[in-house]
Amino acid sequence: MIELVNICKYYQTGPVTIKALDGVGMNIKNGEMVAIIGPSGSGKSTLMNMLGCLDVPTDGQYFLDSKEVSKLDEDDLADIRNKKLGFVFQSFNLLARLTALENVELPLIYQGMGAVERRERAAKALELVGLSDRLEHTPTELSGGQQQRVAIARALAGDPPVILADEPTGNLDSRSGLEIMEILKGLHRDGKTVILITHDLQIAGQAGRVIRMHDGRIVHDGEVA
Amino acid sequence: MNLIQVIKLAVAGIRANKMRSILTMLGVIIGVAAVIVLVSLAQGATKSVTGSIQGLGSNLVTISMRNTPITLTYNEVMEWKNRPGIRGIAPVISGNVTVKYGNKKYDTGLEGTNSEYEQVRNTHVQEGRFIMPIDLSFRQKVVLLGTEVSRQLFAQGSPIGETIKINGINFKVVGLLVEKGAAAFGSNDDKVVIPLTTAERVMNSKGVRSVYIQAATPGDVDTVVAQLDNYLYRKTKNTDVYRVSNQVEMLSTVNQVTGMLTLMLGGIAGISLFVGGIGIMNIMLVTVTERTREIGIRKAIGAKRRDILRQFLIEAVVVSGIGGIIGILVGALVSRIIGSLMAVEISMSLKVVGMAFGFAVLVGIVFGMYPANKAAKLNPIEALRFE
Ligand SMILES: Nc1ncnc2c1ncn2[C@@H]1O[C@H](COP(=O)(O)OP(=O)(O)OP(=O)(O)O)[C@@H](O)[C@H]1O
Ligand SMILES: [Mg+2]
Repeated sequence: MIELVNICKYYQTGPVTIKALDGVGMNIKNGEMVAIIGPSGSGKSTLMNMLGCLDVPTDGQYFLDSKEVSKLDEDDLADIRNKKLGFVFQSFNLLARLTALENVELPLIYQGMGAVERRERAAKALELVGLSDRLEHTPTELSGGQQQRVAIARALAGDPPVILADEPTGNLDSRSGLEIMEILKGLHRDGKTVILITHDLQIAGQAGRVIRMHDGRIVHDGEVA
Repeated sequence: MNLIQVIKLAVAGIRANKMRSILTMLGVIIGVAAVIVLVSLAQGATKSVTGSIQGLGSNLVTISMRNTPITLTYNEVMEWKNRPGIRGIAPVISGNVTVKYGNKKYDTGLEGTNSEYEQVRNTHVQEGRFIMPIDLSFRQKVVLLGTEVSRQLFAQGSPIGETIKINGINFKVVGLLVEKGAAAFGSNDDKVVIPLTTAERVMNSKGVRSVYIQAATPGDVDTVVAQLDNYLYRKTKNTDVYRVSNQVEMLSTVNQVTGMLTLMLGGIAGISLFVGGIGIMNIMLVTVTERTREIGIRKAIGAKRRDILRQFLIEAVVVSGIGGIIGILVGALVSRIIGSLMAVEISMSLKVVGMAFGFAVLVGIVFGMYPANKAAKLNPIEALRFE
């Protein structure tokens, strides 16, 4: 259960104040699949970073499972990112020196999980995204689509209830993009809350709910754009 | 995140940047090696000086008289035997002489003394016999050779039973002294020893100007010094013309000097270790900047400040620790080479090795702290945006 109340994020660059988010309010129930769309610079990523506890709002309140996140300190936020949220980035953001398996193990390491269980869980997550045969490959030995699937496996490994994806298909060809969408839809079917940003209306249409942003505000929130 | 994993990760990071890591470590390697070599040299020197002072004889008190016509007589000196705390007395008349065997000539030092010299000065014969009381009574023309003199006159052959000339007078060689090795103050092996009474004739001098006295125990040294000082003052009425010195005093002076030396050399080497630390800090700062994105990723998936701090701190410590180990090996090797090339004593103690290594690790912690802290404090979104 996610609840945003009048979230604002202002950036001060010289004399100009940029209102990246200007009073955003919304509710997302557990198990929903939401697509966020809008023109470039409309504040989608800023909103996503807020939801992902990577950034703190200038003003407003953020409740995650009725707990006010916007009041927590850095270590508590790290804990929430680790256990409750799974992040998928447009540019994959895998660690180049680690193998697929080690990348997926990372969030579990920070949970303090033992080596044996960790390996098992990571291997299972990679199996779920269809990469059982690529455990020991490093990111450079994988295609873009495969890298993004490793990233999804990493987001999944800790079994968080919420998956956040900022343009997960943005760097991929349409076929790989479709594969990624299938995986995300599968996660939604398994009961996870999935929130994704996209520029592709067709992809947005596959989500149950579409939020359209413009100039830091929500201008549409409903079934289809 | 457990320790073994972080260390593994750090080692992988070091491997990935081999050249850079080696160059970074070089500072620590040189620093640690320098500490070990210099301190080992200084301690070796201390040990050999201390050894040669102790080799002079134990609980030794030395009397020497200068710039005065007043001398001591043999009997006067030997009467001190009755005083408490004195075990042995060896008066010495010394000078320079020319010794001759066949057509071989050699200039060396001469000491005329009595039988107690053997114990008091810890000087023994390896072959033959020492001077005996009867030699003094009958002014026997017998001589003991130092190994250097024996080598000069007899090469490898045994000198015992041969007759040599000292300043033109025939002497029978009755003993060969034990080799003492290089001493801090000239060689102890380049001399001949004859009975004191005979020496008075050879040197054409009456009276004793230097005496070696052995106190019974280390605790007696001070009282013996005080008694003799008192005696000599009453005799000469002038503190400038005699000196009563003791070994303990000498040792403590030497220890003071060499302690300073050790500290100074260690300090100089420590500075190079410090410079090595700055190298580590420099590279760690570069590493943190290079890996800003990695830090962002780690934070995004749940790494706390302390996780990042620990990761980079351990990397710095692993670099300095490996550098420390290599430095110890290099230092040990170089010490050994210097020791054998320059024929000086090297004393490499476990304490110094441990200290040098500990210092290297400490350097890693101290100079790794700032970069690691900088990494830990990075803002996750800004770090993720970093190209
Ligand atoms: N660190 C920052 N400092 C100043 N302005 C910022 C900063 N981050 C974002 N902004 C501004 O906030 C606004 C929203 O940015 P945001 O990245 O959320 O847009 P977006 O909707 O994700 O765009 P895109 O579709 O191109 O990814 C932009 O005008 C951007 O310039
Ligand atoms: Mg964006």
